[in-house]
Amino acid sequence: MRERQASQGARRAREFEAFVAGAAGRLLHAATLLTAEAPDDNPRARRLLTLSLAHTYACWDRLRGEDPYDRARQYLATRFARTAWHQYGGLGRARPHPGSPLGALVPQERLIVVLRLYEGVAEEQAAALLGLSTERVRAICERSTATLLHPPRGPAPKVAGAEVVPS
Amino acid sequence: MNKPEREATVRQLMERTPPQVPPELYADVLRRGGRMLRRRRAARRLMWLLLWSAVVAFTVWALMAHPWVEPPSETTPPLTGW
Repeated sequence: MRERQASQGARRAREFEAFVAGAAGRLLHAATLLTAEAPDDNPRARRLLTLSLAHTYACWDRLRGEDPYDRARQYLATRFARTAWHQYGGLGRARPHPGSPLGALVPQERLIVVLRLYEGVAEEQAAALLGLSTERVRAICERSTATLLHPPRGPAPKVAGAEVVPS
Repeated sequence: MNKPEREATVRQLMERTPPQVPPELYADVLRRGGRMLRRRRAARRLMWLLLWSAVVAFTVWALMAHPWVEPPSETTPPLTGW
């Protein structure tokens, strides 16, 4: 019994390590976009990622065929939605970093843009995850896209610059 | 610019400068996740223990008190002597 548990634990650790090796980079990028921090200085995004991966680890045995990446992403998104309002509230705390691509947006807009465009989650799924209506998600996504491409106050040629840069 | 083009531009904007994953992340995740698992296990054990002790206590009380037996009447005097 104990041996079986140990071998199960080893297998689970291997699987989880492979999952983290594959998913951490992309999830960390998404988290950094959400928190609008600089890519090389992102303590909040790291914390968010650590919590969501730890949550995935804790329910690894109960996934039953569900995609662990999906689970981690859901937790990341809902945790960000839940904590954003007091982390980004007044008092000038946690201003978006000027180098962040989504710094011009408010947290909810960032969340929807990251889910819809960066992660490619369907509109209905994003709406169900955040408890909004599908139309509202679509409207927010379009408004944020417009804000990003045509910043209200700022140099207009930024968009052209973004297109020229080879990725 | 139509909608797919705009979305593609925003995607390009977001794909630039991916952050580096810190090397200590995995150990941190294991520590936190393991703690979470242990706490859940402890909570589950405590719940089962409580449930089990409640069942035992109820059974013992029921065997002692026999709540299904009708209590003897206290209002009508016993019928004697006819």
